[in-house]
Amino acid sequence: MAIELPENVVISKLDELASWCRKNSLWPMPFATACCGIELMATGASRHDLARFGAEVFRFSPRQCDLMIVAGRVVMKMLPVLQRIWQQMNEPKWCISMGACASTGGVFDTYSVVQGIDRFIPVDMYVPGCPPRPEQLIQAIIDLQDKIQAEGTITGEEFDVPSRQMKKRALVELPILPSLPPGFVPQIRR
Amino acid sequence: MTQSATLDKLNAAFTGLAVSEFRSQTRVVAPRESAGAIFPFLKKECGFDLLVDVTCVDYLNFRDAKDRFGLVYLLASTTTNERLTIRVFVNEPDLTVPSVTPLWGGADWFEREVYDMFGIIFDGHPDLRRILMPFEFEAFPLRKDYPLQGRGERHNFPVLTRNRG
Repeated sequence: MAIELPENVVISKLDELASWCRKNSLWPMPFATACCGIELMATGASRHDLARFGAEVFRFSPRQCDLMIVAGRVVMKMLPVLQRIWQQMNEPKWCISMGACASTGGVFDTYSVVQGIDRFIPVDMYVPGCPPRPEQLIQAIIDLQDKIQAEGTITGEEFDVPSRQMKKRALVELPILPSLPPGFVPQIRR
Repeated sequence: MTQSATLDKLNAAFTGLAVSEFRSQTRVVAPRESAGAIFPFLKKECGFDLLVDVTCVDYLNFRDAKDRFGLVYLLASTTTNERLTIRVFVNEPDLTVPSVTPLWGGADWFEREVYDMFGIIFDGHPDLRRILMPFEFEAFPLRKDYPLQGRGERHNFPVLTRNRG
């Protein structure tokens, strides 16, 4: 049974419409800790012009953002801060891990540097490079827009559909000798 | 360059000092027992009014090394342009040396950093806490017997997932 529609009416699903609105109006939260942050600033500036993709307004308050861009290495003293900022952001929210250090720890395979933020917060998009060119970050934002359109954004839980759970990365930390006792809790020492 | 008058004065007041010179930089290795007295003497009698740096070297497995930790104090005099390096060696288990923070206020964070990285206890320091590592960190990471990649502390954090947060 066909319904006659005027030419200026488009039928869509509500969450696709919401996704379309959201993907074209991303509000990045710059978590810039190192040189990647300089490229992040360059991406937002007029030459590379992130405004073309609706994501040019960087907000420094997590309450006003929905896209966290982690640019730079994260040390173990910074990680609780990163996690708190991530929790302060409102749903729906996404995360881009920009650069080698944020994604894997990069060359800083030392006792204090977290070897990839995806061990502790969810990451949607990884940008390789040291530091990545602004074009690479723009490509990541374009890819993230496709992902937002494809996966929907009504709640935060829709990312955990069963088909996606299968793809979850298994992160296994190889033990570094001497191994910690199970249930290792560091003691406060002042 | 340290003036010889300063070294004479120092040698007259203290025994057991080992003075050496390398590329016109004078180094004095002071016995640990005199560490409490030599720094007030250097400041008040010899005019070293500026503490440039306090740092430490771990000589574990270093060839020909007899002592474990070597503390390095870099002193300077802004009136006579003299510079002097004082070294004090300490060994486990007693890693306590007198703090020089009451003499030079700038030593405060230097000594906190040496404590943070090597575990040297500075007796008399007003606020001897870790300065770089988190307070709950237990090890002293610049010691040579600490593995470069740590003992897993860097990954001892809760994991946030989409469901939780």
